[in-house]
Amino acid sequence: MRTARRNRVHLWRESHLRRPDANAEWTEYLFFRKNPKGVSFERWVHALGCRQWFNLARDTVSHRVLAIYAMGEAPPAIARDAAP
Amino acid sequence: MSGFRLAQGGLIDRGRPLRFRFEGRDYQGFAGDSLASALLANGVGVVGRSFKYHRPRGLLSAGVDEPNALMQLGEGAESEPNPPATMIELAEGLTARAVNCWPSLGFDLGALNGLFGRFLPAGFYYKTFMWPCWHLYEGLIRRVAGLGRAAQEPDPDRYDRSFGHCDVLVVGSGPAGLAAARAAAATGARVLLVEQDVSLGGSLLHDPARIDGQPGRQWVATVEAELRAAPEVEILTRTTAFGYFDHNGVALVQKFATSKPIRQRLWQIRAKQVVLATGALERPLVFPGNDRPGVMLAEAVRTYIGRYAVAPGRQLVLYTNNDVAYATLDAAQAAGITVAAIIDSRRTPPPARVEQARRLGIDLLAGGAVLATRGSPALNRALVRDGAGQQRWIEADILAMSGGRSPTVHLFSQSGGKLAWQERIAAFVPAQSVQAEASAGACAGRFGLAAALEDGHAQGVAAAERTGFTGAGGTAPVAEPLPDTAAIEPMWQVDAPGKAFVDFQSDVTTDDVVLSIQENFVSIEHLKRYTALGMATDQGKSSNVNALAMMAALTDRAIPDVGVTRFRPPYTPVALSAYAGEWRGELFRPVRRLALHRWHAAQGAVFEEYGGWLRPARYERTGEAGPAAEQREARAVRQAVGLFDGSPLGKIEVSGPDAATFLDRIYANAMSSLKIGRARYGLMLNELGVVSDDGVTARLAEDRFWLGTTGAGAGRIAAWLEEWLQCEWPQLRVLVAPVTTAWAVLTLSGPQARAVLAAAGTDIALGAAEFPHMTFRDGAVAGVPARIFRVSFTGEASYEINVATDAAETVWQALMVAGAAAGITPVGIDAWMLLRTEKGYLHIGGETDGTTRPDDIGWGHVLKREQDFVGRRSLTLPDAVRPDRPQFVGLEVVGSSAVLPVGAHLVKAPGAKISEGYVTSSGFSPVLGRGVALGMVNAGRSRLGEILEVATGGMTARVRITAPCAYDREGGRLHG
Repeated sequence: MRTARRNRVHLWRESHLRRPDANAEWTEYLFFRKNPKGVSFERWVHALGCRQWFNLARDTVSHRVLAIYAMGEAPPAIARDAAP
Repeated sequence: MSGFRLAQGGLIDRGRPLRFRFEGRDYQGFAGDSLASALLANGVGVVGRSFKYHRPRGLLSAGVDEPNALMQLGEGAESEPNPPATMIELAEGLTARAVNCWPSLGFDLGALNGLFGRFLPAGFYYKTFMWPCWHLYEGLIRRVAGLGRAAQEPDPDRYDRSFGHCDVLVVGSGPAGLAAARAAAATGARVLLVEQDVSLGGSLLHDPARIDGQPGRQWVATVEAELRAAPEVEILTRTTAFGYFDHNGVALVQKFATSKPIRQRLWQIRAKQVVLATGALERPLVFPGNDRPGVMLAEAVRTYIGRYAVAPGRQLVLYTNNDVAYATLDAAQAAGITVAAIIDSRRTPPPARVEQARRLGIDLLAGGAVLATRGSPALNRALVRDGAGQQRWIEADILAMSGGRSPTVHLFSQSGGKLAWQERIAAFVPAQSVQAEASAGACAGRFGLAAALEDGHAQGVAAAERTGFTGAGGTAPVAEPLPDTAAIEPMWQVDAPGKAFVDFQSDVTTDDVVLSIQENFVSIEHLKRYTALGMATDQGKSSNVNALAMMAALTDRAIPDVGVTRFRPPYTPVALSAYAGEWRGELFRPVRRLALHRWHAAQGAVFEEYGGWLRPARYERTGEAGPAAEQREARAVRQAVGLFDGSPLGKIEVSGPDAATFLDRIYANAMSSLKIGRARYGLMLNELGVVSDDGVTARLAEDRFWLGTTGAGAGRIAAWLEEWLQCEWPQLRVLVAPVTTAWAVLTLSGPQARAVLAAAGTDIALGAAEFPHMTFRDGAVAGVPARIFRVSFTGEASYEINVATDAAETVWQALMVAGAAAGITPVGIDAWMLLRTEKGYLHIGGETDGTTRPDDIGWGHVLKREQDFVGRRSLTLPDAVRPDRPQFVGLEVVGSSAVLPVGAHLVKAPGAKISEGYVTSSGFSPVLGRGVALGMVNAGRSRLGEILEVATGGMTARVRITAPCAYDREGGRLHG
């Protein structure tokens, strides 16, 4: 029955951030993050395991995991449609 | 009120008497008693004092909703504050006291508050004790208006954690829960059944019933035996499901009958499906004097009689607005209690109830009310008014009341589900599920035994089916028909003068609710904060619905528009020790120990924690004070040779065809130009352009590098490198291998370092020209394979000898022997940091913080690089190029050898208020015979020679801004 310890996987931050070309938007990139009620696309890491980074789409209201997909992949449309 | 034990009946074991002590007096009860039932059986009517007015209080309930009978259970380190007596299983030798009584339960000085009650309205403390400062009053108020006390000693007991998975989790083992568990188990699903009580059965433990041809309690025993025999079923009693979290995660706390070997266990359960069968809690009626000992919930009266064989009194008045409370009449008669009258607030109670009263020969006052109660301290009479408005006193030592039932929707609500108000039963019920759960029986608003069994069975089958177990769930248990008792007519408040309590535990009266509405606290959440209604250990289990119904009436709103306060975990209080589990003391945050820990300890090392490692701060000789040890060790490095255990230094191997390209992007300075066999100091920035780590990097081969990081940064930097590779540059062919703990680092430093290394035996040519500063060599030391770096943190010629961790002691001993003649000295962190302070070497996290940019520490030249690197873009932000940014400098006290306090701020002139900078590192230099210090000073590099004043830190001094390096500025010793 004994399995998971806490903090096995970590939420790191919002995924799919693009570094802007214009310097004016650079601080926006550095300091501003979405805090959506609903679907959130995030970057997670299996910290106390294989160290794999991956993308995760999650509903921040129900905490339901909507999709898990590899780094570099585009966010799944299905999850995007589910956004309120 | 004078409770007594009945000669027969109940679920107590009269053959097993138990002695216990309450408020310093000895009593006797039986196995199967709760502390509450045992006190009642001994005629103890007053079991506590109220929170604010210190009014004497008796038992209101027999279960988890008890607001009055809060105990200080046990003594000393194991003492537990605030469990209600109703939930304490009686045990031999148990000791308990009532909380909130001073000096004693019988004579409570705080009861004077009651006399001045009209001066203590809602918000009184907020309004009165503000001037000049709350803290002036806090001590006294905490003493008179407090609950139990936490033990002062560390908890000596063990607490454990477990994780569980099941197909169907059933919470509650009343008729609905048992039927659900039985049905789900029959399909073959893995079932976990949890019950907060010591035994299964719920209301069947006290209310008579016949199910499938058996008496109710026997049916419980039959089902329990079936479940225990089933291979995939687990039953946990004394276990409360106290929190419902995301992904069908349910937290349980399991208490054991004895505190040894484990007192409590915290469970985290992931269930595919959850069936909530948490029942319902009876609501009090709100009338003047409703808190007098002897006024009790009707179901509690039945529980004490039926389950514990205790008559709570001899003469009873029933006060109700519904049918279900009429079951109390039968229970009372069976126990030989006289029922003096039934006060039914309904103008026309259902004919069946009228007939029942007539048959029993009891006076029924339809449309009646209770206007007042008398008796000191416990009830002896009640003033009642009949439907025609006639008033009279009725003698009674027990008043059983029932304001209807509220489904226990706490867990459902925590799961995210939405509630709806159901007029028919005057209660909130689950309306819309969000997670994989279903409510069954009374907690779903489906009252009555037959409904509970039927619903429980159906939900059990359905839950199992949703997890893929489609086997037969058996047939639903059938109860012999009972009278339909669902009828209720809300009666939220009796309109009569006197203190009528809404929340017993927080001492909130109807007047307080009125007052807070007058002061415009019209949200139910505001009412809660302003009056404390629904707070404290019972979280308003008995008061919430009455309060919001009152509020709805007073503000002319419908009850669903007022809504409920948020239900938050825990459902009942959970000990902090249970949350902590085994993560306490040394295991709270385990520290790592060096391979040489035992050797260091034997040499008198004083250990301190640095970045999660226990490391020697210094080695104290007999009779030697800490500062003297530090000075001796530092002097030894300057004069002869020291040996330092640097094993925690971070080490990361980075390899692959693109390793050099990768490092060029990661470091603020170039690494691809590094030649094989050579090492280079490197600086890492984060994307904000802030200095995040530093260290020496060596090139082992064309496609292989060895990264040194700070000890504290070892794990963080390795993870960070992975993030860049996996998330940003997946096309780079690079592997990252953290190897910190594979290597021990033994650092020889000082003018004799080379001679000692040679004496220890090595096949590496050590000549200054053959093995110069900032290079490394692979070879052997004392016969052990080693990789030696010539880098220095002290300013002396140094050899960082890296060997396999398990060879650390062999090599260390060999070096100590080889250096004995030269006076080799083990050196701790204290001296090591002092030596680097003398040299003006930067310490990440010492000089730098979360705002430090490269130029602040003299690394502005990285911007000259053509290549882009992490953090570069941020270095041109306006804040990064401010001319007055703090810069890394040395600080020298003028005309004194004093040592500056770390953290002291510097100002331009005495009394000036604006800080020009601060001291980051400081110590007394034995070679210079004076204090040396480093700091960050605004635009410091352009102010060399300027004099500043020390403004804080408990000393006055004038300091001169200098270059960071105070010793051997030419650096000749380094190459030695």
